[in-house]
Amino acid sequence: MTGAITRVGLLRAGLFFLLLIAIPLLGAPGWILNTLIFTIMYAALASSWNLVGGYAGYPSLGHVAFFGIGAYSIGILFSDDVFGGFVPFLVLPLIGLAVGLLSLPIGWVSMRTRADVFAIVTITLLFITQTLAFNLKSLTGGAQGTSVAPAPFGVDHYDWPFYFVMVILLAIAMGISQYFRRSKIGLSLATVRADEDKAHGVGVRVTAVKLIAFGVSAGLVAMAGGAWAYYVGFIYPQFAVDPLITIGMVLMTFLGGRATLWGPVLGAFILVPTQEYFAQAFGASQLYLVAYAAVFLLIMLFLPRGILPSISERLQRRRDVGAVEKAAAQAVSPSKPGTKVAVQQ
Amino acid sequence: MHALTQAIILGVLTGGVYALMASGQTLIFGIMKVVNLAQGVLVLLGAYLTYTLFTHLGMDPFLSVLVTTPILFLVGVGVQWVLLRPLHSDDVAQLSLLVTFAVALGIEGILSFVYGATLTNVQPSYANSSWTVFGYQVSVVRFAAFGLSLVMLGVLYLILQRTKFGRSVRATVQNPMSAQLLGVNAERVSAIGFGIGTATAAVAGSVFGMLNSFNPGSHYDLISRLLTIVVLGGLGSIGGAVVAAVGMGVASSVVAAVASPIWSDFSFFVVLLLVLLIRPRGLFGAQTRGAL
Repeated sequence: MTGAITRVGLLRAGLFFLLLIAIPLLGAPGWILNTLIFTIMYAALASSWNLVGGYAGYPSLGHVAFFGIGAYSIGILFSDDVFGGFVPFLVLPLIGLAVGLLSLPIGWVSMRTRADVFAIVTITLLFITQTLAFNLKSLTGGAQGTSVAPAPFGVDHYDWPFYFVMVILLAIAMGISQYFRRSKIGLSLATVRADEDKAHGVGVRVTAVKLIAFGVSAGLVAMAGGAWAYYVGFIYPQFAVDPLITIGMVLMTFLGGRATLWGPVLGAFILVPTQEYFAQAFGASQLYLVAYAAVFLLIMLFLPRGILPSISERLQRRRDVGAVEKAAAQAVSPSKPGTKVAVQQ
Repeated sequence: MHALTQAIILGVLTGGVYALMASGQTLIFGIMKVVNLAQGVLVLLGAYLTYTLFTHLGMDPFLSVLVTTPILFLVGVGVQWVLLRPLHSDDVAQLSLLVTFAVALGIEGILSFVYGATLTNVQPSYANSSWTVFGYQVSVVRFAAFGLSLVMLGVLYLILQRTKFGRSVRATVQNPMSAQLLGVNAERVSAIGFGIGTATAAVAGSVFGMLNSFNPGSHYDLISRLLTIVVLGGLGSIGGAVVAAVGMGVASSVVAAVASPIWSDFSFFVVLLLVLLIRPRGLFGAQTRGAL
């Protein structure tokens, strides 16, 4: 695990976020901002999912449950009035905290199981939440959905606040991801991923780190869900607790590379625009699902480890080959003293 | 008391059909350690094929099983051969989950494209007739569906216990490595096993189409119930799946009768969470699988 903060890494992150901040300021048209808001939201969601699914190796398929809870929290709290427009954003951290705490018992029960069973248990969590959203009509409005009061932002820059909030959420998610990589938590999670029983045996506090990862991840996802609800305005159970959102997080992380800092972000920036394109191209027909499934299958079959790990592996191999050639050249060269110097340079 | 008994009868009959779907899924897991998230959508595929055969050719839904089963067997073999076989890395468990989910999405998309999103069901002439036994209503279709499921479970049992192929399947379930050393062709067993698992979905789908209204999105409901059943029964245990399916059928139908239908699905999940709290490996699960 190479979590060190390097100058190149800082520069890369700085440039990335500067670019994100500059795009609306330079006057990007509304549709680009709209797509970017969803892209950045998914980047934040995937980065949060990566904390559990990537670093800990526990593939949760139920994270959209927390997304939905966050969305409904905003929907229920601000259905009549948004108090000037910025209060919902200020409430987001509280929602994140509350959902993070709420997720701890859920995580504790579900993380008693391993990989495949864990995935199944978390899927049922998704369906429980969806059933509740449909049936607790007095709270959620059932299938009729519920709505957030419209935000009083100017027409010109209506998208801006949502855009910058998503950027902030992404920055937080990536910051935590980087912190995990540098800290003992990340190291413990890596041991959990590699061999949980041995990790437990040598004294890693397995349950504690798993729960920390799960809680932080769930809280972040809930915050994104809240911001999403405020942005789209209407909340229906089938969209707020949509299995496709869970699958989006998983797929983007897998595409970019699990347990990497930039992988989930890269995956989101590739997949969300693709998804939007398919939805546009195939319109209302369900063929976009087929196209999405096809992309999904191609990634799983040809890039099962993700883009970033594949690239770094290839680079590493080239470096190894280079080193071997160099060594070979040095081994041969003593018989020709004239070339030795040239090789070493 | 009468209503309760009626609910129990209904639950057992429904549970039998779920037992069939779940036995296919748990068989697939037993052989390959693959959690087949496409099982629900394959049941729907079976139901839609039955629907087409019924509306266009007038074929009886119970008879159409003879057509749909081979088709879904081939679909299953194809999915395993083309999509799952190439996955030979260290985390097959995670990848196969996602691959089968992608298959589910793809088939859902195709079904929505062909049949649209409206709810349909298969309504043969005898769909609404029922017998009265000791004052309890027993729907003919439900009873026949239960009977057919029992027959298919029996066939499955015979295949596994009495044939050479069944022996290689059981050997692979117990220990894939030794099975291969003894000359079992693992790839063939996996492909045919997956095919048999999906073939159970065909039979279950034909009767599911008569008992329920469905649309292409219904597979989420189905798969959530199936997963609950197989985890509860213990992944890989067919007997466990049958017991769990009937238990869940009764539980949800009793909850529907006593409380309200909207909470009947919910009871599934609550039971699952409670069981996992006490016994993370399910009721009949092997000790080593997926549990602390």
